[in-house]
Amino acid sequence: MSDTNVLRATLPGVGVGRGSAPSALAVARLMLERDLRLAFRKSSQLVQPLAFFAMVTTLFPLAITPELSRLRHIASGVLWAGALLASLLALEFLFRDDAQDGTLEQYALSGRALTGLLSAKTAAHWLLTGLPLALMAPLAGVALGVPTGALPGILASVTLGTVTMSLLGAVGAALTLGVRRAGALLSLLTLPLAIPVLIFGAHATQLAIRGEPYGASLTLLAALAVFGMTLAPLAAAAAVRINLE
Amino acid sequence: MAWTWFHRLASPPHVYRTAGRLAPWFAWPAAILIIAGLVGGLWLAPPDYQQGDAYRIMYVHAPSAWLSLMVYTIMAVAGGIGLIWRMKVAHAVAAAAAPIGASFTFATLVTGSLWGKPMWGTYWQWDPRLTSELLLFFLYLGYMGLRAAFEDLQRADRVSAVLAVVGVVNVPIIHYSVVWWNSLHQGPSVMYLGKPTMPPSMLVPLLIMFLGFTLFFGAVLLMRLRGEVLNRERTARWVAEEIGA
Repeated sequence: MSDTNVLRATLPGVGVGRGSAPSALAVARLMLERDLRLAFRKSSQLVQPLAFFAMVTTLFPLAITPELSRLRHIASGVLWAGALLASLLALEFLFRDDAQDGTLEQYALSGRALTGLLSAKTAAHWLLTGLPLALMAPLAGVALGVPTGALPGILASVTLGTVTMSLLGAVGAALTLGVRRAGALLSLLTLPLAIPVLIFGAHATQLAIRGEPYGASLTLLAALAVFGMTLAPLAAAAAVRINLE
Repeated sequence: MAWTWFHRLASPPHVYRTAGRLAPWFAWPAAILIIAGLVGGLWLAPPDYQQGDAYRIMYVHAPSAWLSLMVYTIMAVAGGIGLIWRMKVAHAVAAAAAPIGASFTFATLVTGSLWGKPMWGTYWQWDPRLTSELLLFFLYLGYMGLRAAFEDLQRADRVSAVLAVVGVVNVPIIHYSVVWWNSLHQGPSVMYLGKPTMPPSMLVPLLIMFLGFTLFFGAVLLMRLRGEVLNRERTARWVAEEIGA
């Protein structure tokens, strides 16, 4: 099979018979569609990280105090630790199915830049896990006594932070592709790298809760996300190739 | 040719013999320098006017901290060389270096917290340097865990090399975000020895210890590298000839 034929076999509907290979953007769009469609067919995978996040948020009032005035002080830490752990939980699904049924191999053989394909996959993963977490974080914040004025700040910071988490997670998941029961190892690899996200994210959230300007921390979170977008797919692609050999 | 020495480094028997020849040239100077540095630091140097004798743990702490970072860099560079030029010996260097680096990091953490007790009144302070050292320790653990997770040695080499390169890009980001976090969250200021104001009687033993520790690392690395090469080449004929089996 020629390169484009392999890609067509993998991605049904890519301009069959039109002669020319589809553009990189078209391929990325198809991959996004495919991943989203597959994920919605197995929606329990989508709900589990969110339920986990809600559960972690519930643990703290039960363990520490139900007083909202005191919970407010630890709300930023609870939200961010919960969000990081929940996005770690979701990472196992990122490449696992595609690696098992050989789809990932076809991506690597398709002649397309694997970095681009993995970027699209990571984007889908973020839409499926990062964005729902970001949308849920303000709700969890309200439950922890955060004033409503702080909610936009929480939404913005968790949105940016989960982007970087998805990217770092893609590297971690790609590195541990060949490892069975990689859960604990994946956390050990990914969490130290995610510390800057935690620091700037929790700081932005804390400033938002106190009603102070939090733009500087958001900018740093955005910088981390851009940095991650530039380099993480390269590392993920290298790791995927090694693991497929 | 000027490059033959480099190409010969790709040959395991050559590296095995060279490492064996070089090791004593590192080990003996290291022993002499470390003894000299200890005598200079523990007996000859005057007590600090604020810290008394407690500062003397610096003579172990600071060189360990320096090596904890240097070894990680060496590991990443060796991993990168192994990835790019597919040089097996470079991977062996990285594999040999990782446990040494983790040990130096652990030594830094232990001596740091022992130093913290008389100075800060507590064994552990969330001080930026100690915290980023702790994160570095986690990075080492992740690296060694990933390496151990693969049965296939070549894959373990290359996957962990990608992780080391990703890690070395992240180490400065992690360090500066931790410094930034600390300057925001921690009220009481932490006192450090002002390095430039250190009198020569304190500084010279410290520099001797730095050099001694670095040579010690070189000696241990060469010895571990010999073991690593032997283990990797255990089926090769030259190993049987070398050992005389």
